[in-house]
Amino acid sequence: MLKTLLSAPISAKLGVLVILGYVVVAVFAPVLAPYKETAIVGASYELWSDEFLLGTDNIGRDMLTRLIYGARNTIGIAFVTVSLAFLVGGVMGMLAAILGGWYDMIISRVVDILMAIPSLVFALLLLTVFGTSIPSLVIIIALLDSTRVFRISRSAAMNVVVMEFVEAARLRGEGMAWVIRKEVLPNIMAPLLAEFGLRFCFVFLFIAALSFLGLGIQPPLADWGSMVRENATLINYNDITPLLPAVAIAGLTVAVNFVVDWMLHLSSGLRSDQQQM
Amino acid sequence: MPPLMKVVLQRLALGLLTLFAVSVIIAFVVELLPGDITQAILGQAATPETVAAFRKEIGLDRPAYVRYVEWLGGIFHGDLGQSLASKREISEFVGTRLSNTLFLGGLAAAIAVPLALLLGLLAALYRNSIYDRVVNLLTLTSISFPEFFVAYILILFLSVKAGIFPGISNVSTDLAFSEQFFRTLLPALTLTLVVLAHMLRMTRAAIINLLSSPYIEMARLKGTKPFRVIVHHALPNAWGPIVNVIALNLAYLVVGVVVVEVVFVYPGLGQLLVDSVSKRDLPVVQACAIIFAAVYILLNLLADIVSIVSNPRLLHPR
Repeated sequence: MLKTLLSAPISAKLGVLVILGYVVVAVFAPVLAPYKETAIVGASYELWSDEFLLGTDNIGRDMLTRLIYGARNTIGIAFVTVSLAFLVGGVMGMLAAILGGWYDMIISRVVDILMAIPSLVFALLLLTVFGTSIPSLVIIIALLDSTRVFRISRSAAMNVVVMEFVEAARLRGEGMAWVIRKEVLPNIMAPLLAEFGLRFCFVFLFIAALSFLGLGIQPPLADWGSMVRENATLINYNDITPLLPAVAIAGLTVAVNFVVDWMLHLSSGLRSDQQQM
Repeated sequence: MPPLMKVVLQRLALGLLTLFAVSVIIAFVVELLPGDITQAILGQAATPETVAAFRKEIGLDRPAYVRYVEWLGGIFHGDLGQSLASKREISEFVGTRLSNTLFLGGLAAAIAVPLALLLGLLAALYRNSIYDRVVNLLTLTSISFPEFFVAYILILFLSVKAGIFPGISNVSTDLAFSEQFFRTLLPALTLTLVVLAHMLRMTRAAIINLLSSPYIEMARLKGTKPFRVIVHHALPNAWGPIVNVIALNLAYLVVGVVVVEVVFVYPGLGQLLVDSVSKRDLPVVQACAIIFAAVYILLNLLADIVSIVSNPRLLHPR
């Protein structure tokens, strides 16, 4: 695997480095941050100084600390959401491909109808009903995204399920779970991994957008989307501090996109221009 | 019946069916709540009397299917119900909001589509040159940016530093059209940047994909100029996937418009939706949701139909 990594184009290598950087910051947040996440340590909107490397935010919390903890919160929640979406969507997709028939048709129709509603609007609707706590946020977004994962997983699994070795396994008497784990899953890993990267980007941006609208991660938890909104008035004073969380968001998504672009070049038959949104 | 009409009617029927199913989902999402929506909305003010009064007001004391039929019937008459927060008829203010949003979306599309086609064409013409590589990098980067980031960058540079555009777009119908247009320009520019990248990449990819075909080689061997080869020979065959992506991006505009409207405080449907969600004003959220869903389904339908129409083999199957 190291060899494939070393043969990657510069953009992909840079992307991997950047992603590793973000993960390190997210994991070691309490060690790296100079202050506590919700501690008010100064006056509002202080300038960049030695005491507060990036100034303070609208109620006096240290920006650098909030940025570091924001990495942990936003990335962590996005990762859990995408993993959940992949668990639900991936398994359902593989089941639909294997079982086929009525089961496949009904589930596909249901997924098509769910996908007919634009996801932001649907998420806002569900958030009105269920409230904006972290568990409901994770579950709602995971369910909405599992529809897209279902599509990819089903179409990839369809190509594998018709192969002779799957038929041979079933004639041997292997159970459904075994066939999924040992025959189908290893063969659809490549497109699924690329999709994981893309979905992570999308969910990450989605959560940032929802938090920016005030309907995602609630204060006082640090989160990059809501940080942009809270400090937005600073833009009128020609200060770029409120853009820093947005730059952080953009940085991670760009890095993941570069890596996924390279991965798609590696896996045969898939071209990055054919991605869905 | 000509095959085109048959295809269009088929797809239209499918779209209507989907819209129906979506309306059921939107109407019944309330039922999913474990416990009661009244408790959730009233919160601390939920004494038994207020709960009963509230239930009566939003009609929860009648069976579900009756409520759904009433709501649906009301929509066909243009009556979308009453806002919980302001007690006004929803149809009063939704109309102007919808036209504002469509104006913004239309302006963004009018700028983005021709620009994407032109730049994508040029990128295909000069593929693997510096121009192409730079465009590739820029588009990949721009796809990754959150919309509010693009919006604030534009505000910072064009509004605060350069002072050309206003940072807030409070458009209203009593303004002159040119003034409305001017104030809508910055949010439209934001939306343009958001969707430009996708359409550009798809245009470039679709044309490059065709450039390896034998008839293109023939055209080149004939001595046709490269620009004419692309525009006259490759582009007509590339329309299918290109228009498909354009329509899909227009559908994506429907969603992107929500965030941009909030940043610029533009009085459109997206702003209304977000405000109502914060106030938990369910009837308004449902009305906005069904309108957005209808526009989204319509645009996806358009993408579907155009991609069939542009391919004569699909239009006249043997």
